[in-house]
Amino acid sequence: MSNRLPDVTRRRFLTWSGVAAAAVGLTAGATQVPWSTLLDGATHTPLAPGQGVLVVVTLYGGNDGLNTVVPASDDTYQAQRHELAYQPSEVLDVGQGLGLNPGLAGTKGLFDDGHVAIVRGVGYPGPDHSHFRSMAIWQTASPTSPTGAGWLGRWLDGTGEDPLRAVSLDSVLPPLLTGASTAASTLPAAGLSLPTGSAGAAFRALAGVDPGDDALRARVARSGRDLAQVEQVLGPTLASSRSRAAAGNDAGAAAAGGGRSQLADQLRTVAALVEARVPTRVYSVSLGGFDTHADERGTQQRLLTELDAALTPFVQRLGTTDAGRQVVTMVYSEFGRRVLANASQGTDHGTANPVFLLGAPVVGGLHGEQPSLTDLDAGDLRASTDFRDVYATVLGGVLGADPAPVLGAGRTPVAGLLAT
Amino acid sequence: MTVLADAVATRRLLDRLGLGPRPGDLSAAVGQGFEATLDALLATPADPGPPPPVLAPIVDRGKPGTPERQAAQQQRSQGQDALTRWWLERMWATAAPLPERLTWFWHGHFATSAQKVDQPALLLAQNDTLRRLGTGDFRTLAQAMVVDPAMLVWLDGRTNRVGAPNENLAREFMELFALGVGHYTETDVREAARALTGWTVDVDPGSARLVPRRQDTGTKTILGRTAAFDAPGFVDLVVARPESAAFVVGRMWSRLISTTPPSPAVLGSLTDAYGPGRDLRALLRAIAVSAPFHDSATTLVKQPVEWAVGLMRAVGASPSTVTTPPRGRGRQGDPVHQHLEALGQVPFRPPSVGGWPAGTAWLTPSAQLDRLALAQAVVAHATVPPGPAGPNARIDWARQVLGIDAFGPRSTDALRDVAGGPDARTVLAVAALTPEYVIST
Repeated sequence: MSNRLPDVTRRRFLTWSGVAAAAVGLTAGATQVPWSTLLDGATHTPLAPGQGVLVVVTLYGGNDGLNTVVPASDDTYQAQRHELAYQPSEVLDVGQGLGLNPGLAGTKGLFDDGHVAIVRGVGYPGPDHSHFRSMAIWQTASPTSPTGAGWLGRWLDGTGEDPLRAVSLDSVLPPLLTGASTAASTLPAAGLSLPTGSAGAAFRALAGVDPGDDALRARVARSGRDLAQVEQVLGPTLASSRSRAAAGNDAGAAAAGGGRSQLADQLRTVAALVEARVPTRVYSVSLGGFDTHADERGTQQRLLTELDAALTPFVQRLGTTDAGRQVVTMVYSEFGRRVLANASQGTDHGTANPVFLLGAPVVGGLHGEQPSLTDLDAGDLRASTDFRDVYATVLGGVLGADPAPVLGAGRTPVAGLLAT
Repeated sequence: MTVLADAVATRRLLDRLGLGPRPGDLSAAVGQGFEATLDALLATPADPGPPPPVLAPIVDRGKPGTPERQAAQQQRSQGQDALTRWWLERMWATAAPLPERLTWFWHGHFATSAQKVDQPALLLAQNDTLRRLGTGDFRTLAQAMVVDPAMLVWLDGRTNRVGAPNENLAREFMELFALGVGHYTETDVREAARALTGWTVDVDPGSARLVPRRQDTGTKTILGRTAAFDAPGFVDLVVARPESAAFVVGRMWSRLISTTPPSPAVLGSLTDAYGPGRDLRALLRAIAVSAPFHDSATTLVKQPVEWAVGLMRAVGASPSTVTTPPRGRGRQGDPVHQHLEALGQVPFRPPSVGGWPAGTAWLTPSAQLDRLALAQAVVAHATVPPGPAGPNARIDWARQVLGIDAFGPRSTDALRDVAGGPDARTVLAVAALTPEYVIST
C-alpha cells in the first residue's frame, strides 16, 4: 500500500480539477490549511465592502397578496372576501388605505423604520394559473417558455464555475439557481462535517474526474468537488454559528420567540455567513404551504407569522454590521389569489401580487400601483409592474450585473426602489 | 449508441421496472434471459406484503393546547410514521417488484401529502388503490383517483359544490394527472370544477360519497364538448383526448427511463401500445423493448427512495432493522427516515401535488453527505455474507452485490482506500456512493 500511494495521490492531484491542492491536503489529513491557498490560486476574496448580497425567499403555493397587504377599508374587498376579510381595525396600517396582515407585526416595525419596500401589483403578461407553470415562469423569468435555466442560474452561467457564488439552504436545488452550465450549491441541514479516515479519503476520491463518465455521472462527481470547496469556505462559520445557536446565546433564536422554524434556522445561517464575509452573493430559502383553497385565514396567518418571526430578527441583525447592510432580501410567490373567495373559506389561483424587498439598501414604503378590485381581468387582478423589472433592479442594484444577458434587452428597473 | 448486452439489459429491467435486485435475483434473471425476465416482471401480481399498520380514524375535537388536541396530533404523527415504515419495508421485501415500483411511480404522479391529509388511514387506502389499479388501465385508475378520499381532502374536492366551485382538483387533474399544460383553457378548468362538484368524505369509515344536493347537474362545456358532465364523464372525456396518451406515456418515461423525452417515432410506438384500452402493462412492455431502453446512453438519476430501497434490497438490510440506539431518553433512531428527509424525499410527503423533482435536482453537494450517512447505517445491518479477502476481490464483490456493471478508474481508486480495511461492509457503503450506483445505467 505504501509504495502505491504516491502514484494515486499524484493522479488525484491531476484529475481533481479546481480543488487539486485541497484534495492532496485532505488525503494527507491536513484539514487546517487556510482556504485561500487551497482553492486553485485563491480565486476567492472575502465579500468586499459595497458588494451587494441578494437573499431570495420563495413562498410556495401562491400567497394571497390581498390578505397580506390588505385593502381592508375597501368595500369591494369586504364584499368579495366576506368571512375571509380582515377588518380595518385588525390590520397594521401602512398608509394609502392598506394594512399588513396581523401576522406581520415585526415586518410592520421594519416598515415603519424604512427598511421594507412593498412593490404592489407585480405580475407578468398572460398570467398562468398553474402553480408549476407560474412558479417556473417566476424562476426562469420567461413567461413564454419557462423550461430552461433559472434566472439566477443564467447569472451564474456568466460568472464562472464557482460553487460558492450562490447557495441554496434547501436540500433540493430550486430551478431559479440552476443554470445551463452551472448551478448553485446546497447546504446540508445536518452540517458540513466531512467524513474522516479511510472512508473520508474514499469519499473525497469519488469526487475525482473519470473520462468514462457520462454527463450525469460527471455531475455526481462534481457535486463532491463542490462539497469539498463549500466545506472549506463555509464550514468553519457554519460550525461556530451552530454551536452558538445550540448554546442558546444566539440573539436571533431568542428574538424568534423560541420557535425554531426551518426558515428561521436557514436565515440565521445566512446571517452568520454574510457576517463572516464569505464570497456568496446569492442565497435562496423558502417557505411552503400557501395554497389556501380552503380555510385560508388561519392557515395563511400562521404561515405569515412564521415568515415574520424568521425575517424580522434576520433583517434587524443584518442592520447591525457593515456586511449585513449590503444585503437585500426579496420575498415573492408564484401568484396571488382570486379576488372573490370560494365557498370553502379559501381562494383559488389568481395573478398579481406584492413583492417585498427588505434591508438597509431599500427605499422603504409603498411602490408600484395598487391593483383595482373592480377593473378585473376575468376575476383577477391586473398587474402593473412586471416581475422581470424587479429582477432587473436587484441584478443591477444588488449584484452589480447587467440585466440584459439574464433577462433579455429592454427591462426597466423599478425607479426609486433601491437607495443609490 | 451502444446496444446493451442481454445480461446488462436484464439488469436494467430489474432497476427500472423493479426496485433493484435482492441477493441472487440478478444471476437468476440473467440466467433466464431478458425476455423471460420481462415476462415474469409483468406477470407477477402484487404480493400481500407485511401487514399494514392499524390506523383508526382520528377524531380531533380538542381546542388548541388541550390534551385532547395533543393526543390527536400524536396519533396522527405516529400513524404517518408507521405508514412510511410499512411502505419502505414492503418495497424492501417484495418479490413482485414491478407492481411496487408502479405504486411508487403513481404516488409521485397523483402526489398526495400527509401534510394536508390528516387521516393516515386515507393515505393507506389510496396506496392500496394505486397498487391494485396501477398496472391495469389508466382510465380505471384515473376514475378511482378523482373520487379517492385522500385526493378529495388533498385537493379540496370535498368542499367543491354547486354554486361555489373549488377549482383545485379540476385544474390539477388536467394539468398534472391526465392531460398536461397547454391542452385546456381557463374556461375548461372552471367548467370541469362544476363537473366534479358534490363529493364529500366520511372520515369514519374513510369513504367518499356523492351528495346530490351539492352536485351541479347543469350542462358544462369542457374541451369543446357540451353535456351534463359529472366526475366519471369528465374523466372519460379527458383520458380519451389524444394528448392524454402522450402525456401519460411521457410522465412514465421521464420517471422510469430518461428525462430526455422519447423521439416522435418511439413515442408513437408507445402510445400505440397504450392504445384505446390505455393498457399500462402493454405500455411497460413496449418501453422495455424500445431501442432507447437498450441504449447504454439512457441513464437516469435515482430518486433518493429508489437509491435507498435498492441499496437495502441489495445488501439484505431490512428498513426495520436499520436503527440507531436511543439517545438519552429519546426514541430509537430511524436513520432511513432521517436521511431521506434530509435528501428531500419521504414517502407520503411529496413537496406538492406536482410530486418530487427529477433528474439533476437530486445531485447536490449536500446529498452525497446524506447518502454516505444513510449508506453507513444500512451496511451496518447488511446480511449478505461478508466479501472475500484481498482488495481487488472485495471491490468486485461489492460491484456484484450492488448489481453494478463495472467501476471506472476513479471509483476503483476510491474503493481501494477502504478495500484493505478490517470491515468489508465499508466497501459496500463507498460503492453505494459511486456515480456508477447513484446514476441508474
